[in-house]
Amino acid sequence: MSMSNPSQLDRRAAVAALLKDRRNTLVVSGLGSPTYDLHAAGDHDGNFYLWGAMGGAALIGLGLAQAQPSRRVLALTGDGEQLMGLGGIATIGVARPRNLDIVVIDNQHFGETGMQASHTGRGVDLTAIAMACGFVAAAIVRTLEEVQGLAKQIAEPADGPRLFVVKVLAENPPRSLPSRDAVFIKNRFRAHLGFAAA
Amino acid sequence: MHSPQPNHDTRASDDWPSELYRILKAADVRQMSYVPDAGHSQLIRMFSADRDVTTNVLTTEEEGIAIAAGAWLGGQRSVLLMQSSGVGNCINMLSLSAIGRFPLLMLVTMRGEWAEFNPWQVPMSRATQPSLEAIGLKVMRAETAEDLVETVESAASLAYESDQQIAVLIGQRLIGKKKW
Repeated sequence: MSMSNPSQLDRRAAVAALLKDRRNTLVVSGLGSPTYDLHAAGDHDGNFYLWGAMGGAALIGLGLAQAQPSRRVLALTGDGEQLMGLGGIATIGVARPRNLDIVVIDNQHFGETGMQASHTGRGVDLTAIAMACGFVAAAIVRTLEEVQGLAKQIAEPADGPRLFVVKVLAENPPRSLPSRDAVFIKNRFRAHLGFAAA
Repeated sequence: MHSPQPNHDTRASDDWPSELYRILKAADVRQMSYVPDAGHSQLIRMFSADRDVTTNVLTTEEEGIAIAAGAWLGGQRSVLLMQSSGVGNCINMLSLSAIGRFPLLMLVTMRGEWAEFNPWQVPMSRATQPSLEAIGLKVMRAETAEDLVETVESAASLAYESDQQIAVLIGQRLIGKKKW
């Protein structure tokens, strides 16, 4: 299996383009670089940042999407985080939410722990797994133009969950750190949706 | 006590799953996720038939911890059903509930502790309560149907009204011996 990574796409530019016109979209970001990418694109009350709970981003997205069916929900995560939650792709495929998209920022490495190569650079295709689990759309994109098209696509309603892989250059840009206080981020998020803190 | 409902105890013993369903509905639970256990089968059937509750079957139990947190972010209450062997799968994901102080209610049917045929159930059975407590959950336990109904009612209040993370362990003695 090939270990080549032809993508030279900058992850921060990709995430910024993806969220440029996010409107009412709610976003859950996975440990760790996607959390920094989401924060770098602009802190927002409708963001929930994970600093742990690896493998949980897309499933938090599922619970949220089921509770808020009129909102679009985006789980923004990395290849390592999603690989730890592979079973969740089956659970989401069965649940079939119409307002949940998973976008995997895929540098094909465990970037937070020393850039060890991950499975996605060795032939494991998350989009094929998603389609086999009943997702209604899945694609791999590699250029900024394709990401801009993807941003338009995920703003539109779907008949079920979708998963997109954005292949990016394996590098660690300077960290952009959101609050690590999960209670604060939780209550801020809920207040954004109109729920008072208990 | 001169109760107008002298059959209450009998009814709870016979049909505690219906009582749990009634309590969880009264607590406004809107999402239920599960990895099946025979002891939960009636509750799973009742929730699955309820159009007002979104039900998710999981591939592994920790998925339900994440779903419950997402549900709460979106303003809904969630309950998670599993057997004791599944508790081991949940430990790291429970960091999310603990550090975010997310309301969490898990109903755990115990295996490996009473008339157990399968020895492979015993080690995780032994580890269930200590590991849940080690990650910061409050563990409550019931050995009779009457106690279970009251315990779940109390646990639901603690979880959803007081932002606590609770596991209710349902004793294997109460569920009964599995037929092989």
